[in-house]
Amino acid sequence: MKNLIGALIIIVLYSSCKSKDQAKLPILGEREPVTKTIDGKTVTDTVYSTIPDFKFVNQYADTITGKSLNGKIYVADFFFTTCPSICPIMHRNMLNVYKEFKNDDNFRIISHSIDPKYDTVPVLKKYADKLGISGNTWWLLNGTKDQTYQIAKNYLVSVQEKNPQGEYIHDGYFILVDKQKHLRGTYDGTDPEQVTKLIADIKILKAEPVMTVAK
Amino acid sequence: MRSLITIIIGLILIALTFSCQSDEQIEFNRYYSAGTAIYQAHCENCHGEKGEGLQSLIPPLTDSTYLKNNRTLLTCYLKNGIKGSLTVHGRGFEGEMPASDLSPIEIAKVLTYVTNSFGNKMGLINLQEVQNSIEKCK
Repeated sequence: MKNLIGALIIIVLYSSCKSKDQAKLPILGEREPVTKTIDGKTVTDTVYSTIPDFKFVNQYADTITGKSLNGKIYVADFFFTTCPSICPIMHRNMLNVYKEFKNDDNFRIISHSIDPKYDTVPVLKKYADKLGISGNTWWLLNGTKDQTYQIAKNYLVSVQEKNPQGEYIHDGYFILVDKQKHLRGTYDGTDPEQVTKLIADIKILKAEPVMTVAK
Repeated sequence: MRSLITIIIGLILIALTFSCQSDEQIEFNRYYSAGTAIYQAHCENCHGEKGEGLQSLIPPLTDSTYLKNNRTLLTCYLKNGIKGSLTVHGRGFEGEMPASDLSPIEIAKVLTYVTNSFGNKMGLINLQEVQNSIEKCK
């Protein structure tokens, strides 16, 4: 009888852990405890790093800032239109993400060009047309090299362990960012299986109640 | 004794299977299987696992008529790259494919693979043919 109860407890604990893992994505990135005084009580809260504001131009020559993505879940990556190596396979896979969510106005894909000199607005527009994307779901962004390098650092500061050489500029990762601009996942954009997982994770994020914080 | 007979019969069967394949077939198989690996390493990222290309950015490798009509040029494309426009499956593509660093024998192997996969069936493209084609490249 004792054994049976023990086994039951283990099963219940195990299954409760499992369902939690599936339903929630971790918040990546730096975190720091902040102590505040609210109504005379001392409360300690955890503050997670967020993606700072930025300013780029998309393929329609519209200015895109952090505000343009307020309240939206988005995926970011880095590419250039003349890239002969991993970009085609990345964007072949990203097209699946695009097709899945293109009717959702609270979702965006942003692809930063790391070759802003060549990838001007008309070049990006042409690339978008040839890729068969339209509307505002997927923005191809042009900015200065400094801005682009800086934002790349912001996206990947949390995934340094995967990338000790600092080769963030062209590592083929897709970065998942939530509505509060927290990093929620990184995926190898050249691997169709990981991109399938990305699509599943976006659905988890969409179902997440606003303002919840994973512990 | 019995096991010895089994082994001998087995060996005879293996020998028969191999002799059934003509030298040509064996050469083709060698080129084709080596070409598979070269394709995966050098071509697949852009042209895709099934030679499907990428939308209007990268042409597919499934237009058998195009491949047949441009048999010699295929070698030149791989060796020197292409810049400009071409029509595949009746669709226009423009852009650039960089020159590859493949040796003539590697070009022969990967072309044998591509021109006999994805619904294409052009037979062996051997080293000699590739060398002849290279001389004709502009």
